[in-house]
Amino acid sequence: MNVLEISGVEKKYPGVVANQDVSLQVRQASIHAIIGENGAGKSTLMKILYGLIKPDAGIIRAFGNEVNLKSPQDAIALGIGMVHQHFKLADNATVLENVILGSEPTRFGFLVKYDEAREKLKEISKNYGLEIDPDESLANLGVGERQRVEIAKVLFRGAKILILDEPTAVLVPQEVAELFANLRELVKKGLTILFISHKLDEVLSIADEITIMRRGKTVASRKPSNTSKKELAELMVGGELPKPKVGAAKISSSSILNIKEASYSRFDKREILNKVNLELHGGEILGLAGVEGNGQSELVELIMGLIQPSSGSVEILGMNVASHLTKDIRNAGVAYIPQDRQRDGLLMTAPLWENRILGHQFNSPMAKSIWVNKSAAVEGSKSIVAEFDVRTPGTNVLASALSGGNQQKFIVGRELSGDPKIIVAAQPTRGVDVGAQAIIWDHLVQARSKGAGILLVSADLEELFSLSDRIAVIYNGSIVSILNPRETSPEQLGLAMTGASKS
Amino acid sequence: MKSTDTKSTKKLTMRAKTFFRSPARITLFIAGIFFIISFVELLTGATDISSPGTSGATLRLATPLLMAGLGGLWAERAGVINIGLEGMMIVGTWTAAWFGYLHGPYVGILAAAVFGLASGLFHAILTVKIGIDQAVSGLAINLIAAGAARYLSGIFFPPVGGDRTVSPPVESMPKFNIPFVAPFFKSIDEKEIFLVSNVSGLIYGVTTDLSVMTVALLLLVPLTSWILWRSKFGLRMRFCGENPMAAESLGINVYRTRYIAISISGMFASLGGAYLAIVASSVYREGQTGGRGFIGLATVIFGNWRPSGVFAGSILFGFTDALRLRQSESVMALIMVVGIASLLLAIFYSVSRNWKLGGTYFAMALFALWINQRVEVIPQEFVTAFPYFATLIVLTLLAQRLTPPAMVGLPFKRGSE
Amino acid sequence: MTKSRVFWAVVAPTAAIFTSLLFTYIILKIRGVDPIEMFRLMISYGFDPRNLVSELNQTVAYYMAGVAAAIGFKMLLFNIGIDGQYRMGAFFGAVVGAAVSLPPILHVLVIILTAMLAGGAWAAIAGYLKVRRGVSEVISNIMLNFIAAALIAFLLSPSIFGILPEGTQVLQTRSIPASGRMPTIKAFDGEIYTFLFLAIFVGVSYWIMLNKTVFGFNLRATGLSFRAARSSGVNAPGMIFVTTVLSGAIAGLVGIGTLLSDTHNYSMAFPSGYAFTGLALALLGRNHPVGIFFAAFLWSFLERTAPVLEFEGVPPEIIIVLQGTIVLSIVVAYELVSRINLRQQQRAVGSVSAEVIDKDSKSVKETK
Repeated sequence: MNVLEISGVEKKYPGVVANQDVSLQVRQASIHAIIGENGAGKSTLMKILYGLIKPDAGIIRAFGNEVNLKSPQDAIALGIGMVHQHFKLADNATVLENVILGSEPTRFGFLVKYDEAREKLKEISKNYGLEIDPDESLANLGVGERQRVEIAKVLFRGAKILILDEPTAVLVPQEVAELFANLRELVKKGLTILFISHKLDEVLSIADEITIMRRGKTVASRKPSNTSKKELAELMVGGELPKPKVGAAKISSSSILNIKEASYSRFDKREILNKVNLELHGGEILGLAGVEGNGQSELVELIMGLIQPSSGSVEILGMNVASHLTKDIRNAGVAYIPQDRQRDGLLMTAPLWENRILGHQFNSPMAKSIWVNKSAAVEGSKSIVAEFDVRTPGTNVLASALSGGNQQKFIVGRELSGDPKIIVAAQPTRGVDVGAQAIIWDHLVQARSKGAGILLVSADLEELFSLSDRIAVIYNGSIVSILNPRETSPEQLGLAMTGASKS
Repeated sequence: MKSTDTKSTKKLTMRAKTFFRSPARITLFIAGIFFIISFVELLTGATDISSPGTSGATLRLATPLLMAGLGGLWAERAGVINIGLEGMMIVGTWTAAWFGYLHGPYVGILAAAVFGLASGLFHAILTVKIGIDQAVSGLAINLIAAGAARYLSGIFFPPVGGDRTVSPPVESMPKFNIPFVAPFFKSIDEKEIFLVSNVSGLIYGVTTDLSVMTVALLLLVPLTSWILWRSKFGLRMRFCGENPMAAESLGINVYRTRYIAISISGMFASLGGAYLAIVASSVYREGQTGGRGFIGLATVIFGNWRPSGVFAGSILFGFTDALRLRQSESVMALIMVVGIASLLLAIFYSVSRNWKLGGTYFAMALFALWINQRVEVIPQEFVTAFPYFATLIVLTLLAQRLTPPAMVGLPFKRGSE
Repeated sequence: MTKSRVFWAVVAPTAAIFTSLLFTYIILKIRGVDPIEMFRLMISYGFDPRNLVSELNQTVAYYMAGVAAAIGFKMLLFNIGIDGQYRMGAFFGAVVGAAVSLPPILHVLVIILTAMLAGGAWAAIAGYLKVRRGVSEVISNIMLNFIAAALIAFLLSPSIFGILPEGTQVLQTRSIPASGRMPTIKAFDGEIYTFLFLAIFVGVSYWIMLNKTVFGFNLRATGLSFRAARSSGVNAPGMIFVTTVLSGAIAGLVGIGTLLSDTHNYSMAFPSGYAFTGLALALLGRNHPVGIFFAAFLWSFLERTAPVLEFEGVPPEIIIVLQGTIVLSIVVAYELVSRINLRQQQRAVGSVSAEVIDKDSKSVKETK
């Protein structure tokens, strides 16, 4: 029987259709995977199922009855539990305390019956093979164990349907295997799992049924036994082949950016980048394709000198990044269009003309020795506004007053001014309307024809295909292949991005 | 494997902590300290360290610090820093003295509790609901409380010899000696047996002339522990300080929890002030609080945000305060005690191959020796500044090991993801 | 959009001050005092030339504290350590000033530099702890304030730097010789500190530095967005440290006016409480040198005219309550205004969840 039936669900935001005509049938005691690219609408759907968002239209049936979820508490009461991607746990407390918070068994209404709760948790742990110790301090737990605590949280509250949002994003392979074993245990006991992911390998190995979402719609449903990675990739990315817009390239032979065997580990010892090798030449656009979370952001930070590699080297315009400051790198002619434009690219509560200075405040024209050149900044921002068609009442308005697309246009305009030698562009047209996207693409191609080398990090396949001379694919922290966009199909790229092949 | 790596390093750091975990070891440690104290007293003739006078004074001086510290603890455990403890203490001194003068000490204490609760709630609304900076709110409360106290003194107090900075006297609360225990230990103390008499003298000091209020307030320490770790409210409150987003995601009303916690914080600080006005003296005096509200903040850090730690810190700071008022050789003798204890700890840690701790304690021992040889008298001011200095040292050296509530001081808005 | 911001920026403090005055009005009425008459008395007393002079001199000290606090605020730092830094500055300025003998202008310069150095060094302790250990500068500065007071009290003892001249009960440092004194301007039976001009110079420099130089740009950028500044090439943690030291250096100048033109030595009679005043003034004046100046003058005015209240049987300490209330009302007003602005913005942009600018800029640990 279907524990969950969703039909016709719709959710719109101004300018964006997050979910449209979404339908889903989930059978009891199964692992149902939902796959799709970034922005396909998976998280919106999950938030609706979990009661965080109200859909604009559609019917949701849980256990046969139509439901109207107004809050996460409603969902939990029905037996739907969400295991968040970003754990909501307190380090300075025990596993037991983290699990029972908000649903504590009490005596006289204010004393917590810890013994009773402990027994119940131990039993859940044993039944479902979670292997967690209620009295362990959470600080001592590794990532896999923390995830099991989150699972225990929903099981403690009687969840019968578990929604896992990209659960393997933070796990190492060993932990993934452990998680899958746990999930199979849960299913054996009659629970149902909704598993959101973009990793085709994993999905094929664990799921009983797979639903594919694309651009806000549920496009198909398959069983692992009668589909293949290729078909899934195709369904995920669609079959269109965008035409490359760039003309013949005048690529210089020397490499202006050279990454050799660079690795990077974070303080929690997880290896994010694993022996990355990459070369960028002047006059080319090198696309970097990959689903978010595979190390792109860290690679970009590495190049800009914001973090240091734990081994290997990054050489940019002849400078070794390890012995130079971000300031030097920028001064040498490296432009940076950051992925998070509001946090890393703009001073939101400063006027536009001051944002023109950001990133360029160390030499002319924005600065004359120690003095800021305000007139140059104002002039500069005015010309960016004109050239990039930035919709703004003026250059004195705060950056926060502009729409996302216009903010991005401004940033691109700023970074491209001054004829940089290298442009590191991370998701440059994300969340940007088609018109702005066209303008940005135009200017990137122009920069390329002037001899600049562009590293284009993007999750937008159309963008990658349209602009890149070569496309490198990053997966699990390594470069797994470098493709020629003219000789590669989107499905092939999709496969590479999900770790399915090498070429 | 990677996760086990972190586990083993964590277990190593736990070992040092767990030294103090088992009751047996704590007893051993305290016994050792007393042994050293007795030894040093014998050596130097500075008998004041463990005299009944000192221990009694320590308790009297520690109690207001304890209340300020508990006040700080309650607020910070819920995630909000209460810089206004000093002001709330002033509220307590004034209201306890005034209402105590009018209607007797018990009403005075009640008044202090009520007004303290109100001032805490005020701080809570400003910082939680309206969302202004916690430090600004606290500082403003300090100022307003100080000004209001002086203003109201001028209006309400009948002039006591023309001086309007002192309130008329409050009838004092009953004091008692713990029956059987006090005289018993007094008799042992008088026998002057090494170590045993010292300890007895100490116990005698804290069991004589004991105010009811002292006992009541001391009971707040285990009560706080109990609430924090045994009750539903305490669990939720702790999470408001550690991860309010997590608490909210599980349906907890973070705002309301913080209101309650911070109000209680104000009440505790105020009760500390009441103690100053009614037990430690019998009047309100301008400037009576003397920075104790800030020492309270220090004890929270010093005590690693645990009630028992706050208690230990208050006793320690109360002790140094008590010594300051007594013989000055006592301070030198105390330094010798610290030096010898450090030396022994250095040996202990070196033997267990913890070179870092062993080295640190050895340096401390050397420092104590140097002071002993080169310095005649420890200036009063240094002893006054000791609590602040100690806290700064703890912050500098042990910042990594301290476990403040993870989100303390950070603003939290309802519904933020 | 900008017009409404300006509107609110003026309305908010005015409304706040008005609320506080209303509060005082009510209190005075309760005492049976005619508030209007009181205000009139205060104003005529306060603007009496003799009092104006001492108010101006006090304004100088408050102004320095306000500018010091403002520098911190631009970096989202709460320099509550102004008390300790000011004492360090005044004390060591006095001690060094009395110990050396130099030609007049140089002598004064040395004193000023010493004061800045001492204040800056003391602040550096808190700065180091914040950047390297993630310790809240509020807590460490509170501790440092008390330690500074104790340390200086100790150093003032007769065996070290303190002397007890005939006819005084107060320990003080040796007197600074004539070459280390700043002249005063005689006006209306009073003497205005010429340090006033230096203070104004400091205020103006602060403004110019902040808005015209690259360093100032980097400072403001780091305060506005730690991450954006970092991505743009600014050494963000270093910036935090430098700003802390700079704020402390200015704080060291708080007592210099008095030192150079009036007392010529340091003693425990030097007042305390500059930390909160400085912070309050920076908040009131919105970190603007002119705003802070007016706020500083308002503060001195209130303090100077408070005794007038006593004649009517109103304890002058009500002024302290008024000051605290003004600060609170202003801060609350700003908070409410920013919420209104945010909501307007949200409606304008039409997005479902506008994010308030990150608190990430407060955390240094992020960079590690």
